[in-house]
Amino acid sequence: MQTESYVVKQHISKAPLWKAAKPFLGRLDMELTERCNSNCMHCYINLPADDINAKTKELSTDEINNILKEAVDLECLSVRFTGGEPLLREDFEELYVFARKQSLRVFLLTNATLITSHLAELLSRIPPLEKIEVTVYGMKKSSYEAVTRVSGSFEAAWRGINLLLDKKIPFVVKGALLPPNKNEIEEFEAWAATIPWMDKPPLYSMFFDLHCRRDREKNELIKKLRPTPTEGLKVLTRRKYEYIKGMKEFCSKFMHPSGDKLFSCGSGYGGCVDAYGYFQPCMLLRHPDCVYDLKKGSLKNALENFFPEMRKMKAKNPEYLAKCAKCFLKGLCEQCPANSWMEHGTLDTPVEYLCDIAHAQAKFPGLLNDNEKAWEVNNWKERIRRFVNSDMVSVVS
Amino acid sequence: MEPKVSLGIIYKQSEDVVARQVHGEFIIIPITSGSGGPDEAIFSLNKFGRIIWDKLSGKRNLKDVVNDLSKEFEAPIEKIEKDVLGLTGELLKRKIVTRV
Repeated sequence: MQTESYVVKQHISKAPLWKAAKPFLGRLDMELTERCNSNCMHCYINLPADDINAKTKELSTDEINNILKEAVDLECLSVRFTGGEPLLREDFEELYVFARKQSLRVFLLTNATLITSHLAELLSRIPPLEKIEVTVYGMKKSSYEAVTRVSGSFEAAWRGINLLLDKKIPFVVKGALLPPNKNEIEEFEAWAATIPWMDKPPLYSMFFDLHCRRDREKNELIKKLRPTPTEGLKVLTRRKYEYIKGMKEFCSKFMHPSGDKLFSCGSGYGGCVDAYGYFQPCMLLRHPDCVYDLKKGSLKNALENFFPEMRKMKAKNPEYLAKCAKCFLKGLCEQCPANSWMEHGTLDTPVEYLCDIAHAQAKFPGLLNDNEKAWEVNNWKERIRRFVNSDMVSVVS
Repeated sequence: MEPKVSLGIIYKQSEDVVARQVHGEFIIIPITSGSGGPDEAIFSLNKFGRIIWDKLSGKRNLKDVVNDLSKEFEAPIEKIEKDVLGLTGELLKRKIVTRV
């Protein structure tokens, strides 16, 4: 019949199938629950773990499995299980095994407090094929629990982390920079470096998103926790060379004005299923006009029809058209319909905080002068070209 | 010691892997740790491998599989036998098929 090898072996992380292929639906995000066993001060989503009303409305095991099956039919290769705290779901192990048996790789985002010996054994026996992401809120009980506001959560998290280490289940850690833990960066990074699967320093969230369901009380707290743009920039530029190098790569590819086009991101090419069966174009955008009810339709219809229509939306807000539409920092700036929704309840209102952050970032390497507004700059292409071609040492000094 | 493949034995697709067609490529993905070998890998089968794989249903021995394919492709039994034994051996080594 033939003489070549019948079986070609490819390492999971290197297989071109997983990287270069463009499936109809590459990855699906699923918020298994909005409930969480922590009560983190900065969190944009958490509901109490014992919120019966929320729990009752959550998708059932079968409903989630049906969505996963449909995703596989749409060539999906991986699923991200997040929340809230996804391990709160009593059926988590069942959902996980089902996803894996559908051949899906599973990204798991967790606080690790609910990792048990049984779950660790399962994760060892049936590997997720992606590194688990664990968010760590502090290196000491006092700092950790000042963030989570749950007594005992520090011990529980470290118990879970140690189970992952003992079973050699690949994971990475990331942080959330908040007043109780912001002085622990060095200690955190030194510890993170000991984790075998951390091939680069941990990432941090710090310019915290407002509440995903626009809870006013939570928003007041989150706003108080946000660093100023200057404070944030100081953290971002701790490793100046790496920062400048990253900025150069980014600028050359992604920064340009987007005009009145609202969606210039990847929103709607995949999406996130919330805990109640609404398919969002991304993890953050929950505007009623932008979510699709999977209890009444299919993933396929959402991706083929609903989201493409949504992506045609244009900005109408005069302030947006005068600023964001003309701003060459688009791409660097986190201004997007999702953030506009969370901040203002509309899709096209400029978010001043994000604008200030982007301007601070652009001023650092000299893309903007003090007092300049990026939407008033005409020679942005030339400025980007000069920056990208500049000698890194002179930029940093 | 690597397991030896025999024409008189029935082999079946392992329950610890899942097979899937993606972007025109037929891939086999291990589910459990250790299945598919000691490291994290996926396997793709060429078109001939796929044909033989579909026959490893756990119901008939390799001799019968060889006879079927020989008739289907009007190819000499010796040639088919070499391909079937070759593929089954590779799959068995990687624990992608098991003996019934």
